Amino acid sequence: MGAYSTIAFKPEHCNGCNACMTVCATAKAGSADIIDSRIQIVADGDSFELAMCRQCGDPKCVSNCPAAALDKDAGNGVIAWDGSKCVNCLLCTVGCAFGGIVYNAAAGHVVKCDTCDGDPACVKACEHGALKYLTTANIYNEVGDLEDLFVPGLAGCQGCNTELIMRHAMRRIGPDTVLATPPGCIPGMGSVGYNGLTGTKVPVFHPLLTNTASMLTGVKRHYKRQGREVNAVALAGDGGASDVGFQSLSGAAERGEQILFLCVDNEGYMNTGMQRSSCTPFGAWTSTTPVGERGHGKTQDAKNLPVIMMMHNCEYVATASTAFMEDLYDKLDRAIAASKRGFAYLHIYSPCTTGWRFPSAENIEVARKAVEANFVLLWEFNPREGLQLTRDVDHALSIADYLKALGKYRHLSADQIEHIQATVEKNVGFIKGLAEGRHPAMAQAMSGRA
Amino acid sequence: MEETQYLIVGASHAALSALQAIRMQDAEGSITLVTRDDALPYSPTVLPYVVSGRSAPERVALKDGAWFEQNKVGFIRGAAVTAVDAAARRAKLSSGAEIAFGKLLLATGAAPILPPIPGLKDVKFHVLRSLDDAVKLNQALPNTKQAVVLGAGLVGMHAAENLAKAGAAVTVVEMQPRVLAGYFDAEASAIIEAAFAAKGIKLMLGAKVSRCETAGGGVRVTTDSGAALDADLLLVAAGVAPVTDFLAGSGVAVDRGVLVDDTMRASVEGIWAAGDVAQAKGFYDEARILNGILPSAVEQGKIAGMAMAGDPALKPWPGGVPLNTYTFFGQQAVSVGSQDVGEVVRKEADAKRYLKIVMQGNRLTGIFGINVPFDPGVMWELILRRIDLSPVRAAFIDEPQKTARAIMSRTWR
Repeated sequence: MGAYSTIAFKPEHCNGCNACMTVCATAKAGSADIIDSRIQIVADGDSFELAMCRQCGDPKCVSNCPAAALDKDAGNGVIAWDGSKCVNCLLCTVGCAFGGIVYNAAAGHVVKCDTCDGDPACVKACEHGALKYLTTANIYNEVGDLEDLFVPGLAGCQGCNTELIMRHAMRRIGPDTVLATPPGCIPGMGSVGYNGLTGTKVPVFHPLLTNTASMLTGVKRHYKRQGREVNAVALAGDGGASDVGFQSLSGAAERGEQILFLCVDNEGYMNTGMQRSSCTPFGAWTSTTPVGERGHGKTQDAKNLPVIMMMHNCEYVATASTAFMEDLYDKLDRAIAASKRGFAYLHIYSPCTTGWRFPSAENIEVARKAVEANFVLLWEFNPREGLQLTRDVDHALSIADYLKALGKYRHLSADQIEHIQATVEKNVGFIKGLAEGRHPAMAQAMSGRA
Repeated sequence: MEETQYLIVGASHAALSALQAIRMQDAEGSITLVTRDDALPYSPTVLPYVVSGRSAPERVALKDGAWFEQNKVGFIRGAAVTAVDAAARRAKLSSGAEIAFGKLLLATGAAPILPPIPGLKDVKFHVLRSLDDAVKLNQALPNTKQAVVLGAGLVGMHAAENLAKAGAAVTVVEMQPRVLAGYFDAEASAIIEAAFAAKGIKLMLGAKVSRCETAGGGVRVTTDSGAALDADLLLVAAGVAPVTDFLAGSGVAVDRGVLVDDTMRASVEGIWAAGDVAQAKGFYDEARILNGILPSAVEQGKIAGMAMAGDPALKPWPGGVPLNTYTFFGQQAVSVGSQDVGEVVRKEADAKRYLKIVMQGNRLTGIFGINVPFDPGVMWELILRRIDLSPVRAAFIDEPQKTARAIMSRTWR
């Protein structure tokens, strides 16, 4: 049994238009009456709620069926109803706490959502983003079969998603890899090893902060000369990439070295005691941008490193978030492919439970809010097609919703929040301009080496 | 002697639910399932549909051999447990074999009660609890012209409907003044009674059978009012009682059923009980009750399995809530909760529709409907979670289904 695709409901985007119910009633019952829909939206004061089959992992409707008419398909996770076995006793409806299996008078038996064989009509009918068909599970099923190239028991902080990034990325990149992990959280949690043993199942080395991309250049060229196809991969932090390591990174990018450089951005030097980096955002508390009588957090804006990398006209540059794994995987695949031709750079946001001060269970939620508030923009670039947004930047959450989730912004004054809001809006405008090809910088990039 | 870590006696909902819960926590520990039926696991609840012919006997199995193999479970069928030695942790089977166990789950269910009616033992009659019973009753249907059913509970009422549909003249004799007295009040029962009367089924309510005797080719049933009913088929459906006879001398405390605590543990170390055989805490007061319904068996089985396997996610039994669903002549009756705890806040009944809502303060304690749609599973949760309905009280009473769905979606999203 693996993970399954699912229909997700976001009540905040629902306006009660009933389009989902109308198409479901038509598709499943040939009926114009929404009472025959297997998805039911109900008003709850000013907002809307959902009654529909959740395709439960431990389905009570199935356990409660005396006639073996209900069964969860281990392949796709959908709970299927067999009309030739059903005896109409309705005990399934006693088991369901979600109003997901209901007697339908017109049909004369219980009905439930079957996800339209993995292509749900209700989702396609929803124009407001309240219903989504999440297929992310396919990735986990697929990647679950690939070899984990790190040893068990890496010592990351509780709730850190960097371990997730490392393990997922390396599973996909594969074992024919030489890995560089410059100083930072990634070697800090044990990937580079202890007591003469590495924490990886591939050759790994621990360059200086300054020379990661230079050393990988040499490694890659060495193997190339020997006629061996080896992935040269860096798993670096934002400090190592954007500050003291930038010279070698910029050089390798400019030369078009065949390297895959993954920058895990946790907005500071979190491994060594939470110092600020050039990727730390304005207003953020760090141990070197303290908050007190005079200090109010960082006084400069973050360096937009992925944009700078794009301006090198690299073979591939993209930003990604672990809250959007399908997007991350698409980009990882394209980055791996691009690194066979030239320099590929993937910038992945990694909220730091310890340094940003939020509960360890909320990492993915924080990552999601960062994207939904446009604090982090998801896009990709290649020299032929320029920059493209991979996620809609309209309908954003308020930036305050994101900031208040994090302890490092607790001290912010109204002025500082206003500054951050303005910076976010400027970034959105800038990236949108690039995406639409109107910005002169994009024109310049696109007239480059390609 | 065979040894097993988990011995489960019984093979219906409580047993299967426990087995799945054990396997969630303990993938390898040896499990043996023993059942007195010589059949793959089935539900007693499906039997009325085997009688009617809607369900083919070979298609009602809840699990098959491949499933037992996949879950690494030894399945012994056609063997009843005849004695349990709790101290030595051994069970004796009707086949003569003995099994040593680490932990034991009693999920033996219930068996029909035969009322002490003079002459009953000497006449031919049917009961309906096993697949064999159902097949026999199904085979008897075409040749039945006159049938008498003793008892107007769910088994009796289903059978009466099936017999009438097969063309028999049917009389139901019930001691209580109304049908399905365990689940519905007089007005609701009246709707059901009217549907039966309209199909020509005779309901003798508040009546007692004083004698049974063989007469002609069939049976003559005499009631205490002196009425004589001739039948070529007699079905005794006067209720069921937990199967506990094999526990005599085991030290396991038995009242009406096996007495269990909130994790389904019996009075003796290493032994649990779940389903119709168990007597567990009721929801509305602390007294231990028999609540022999399928959804309780599923829940209790799961709790017992989790407790046996030491699953840390175990949540104690919240208490039994009487509930059931009943379909008759294409109509739907649903009963969730208590008729008596709290006060009636809405009640309406006509010939075809019935709805009653009972609340205690601002909490739901019971909801009952005939041909009125609401989600029994959602209502059950509202009762168990003791949800405070004060912010939506009027809306809930007015539109229980929609309001409960909104609360559900918001509360356990």
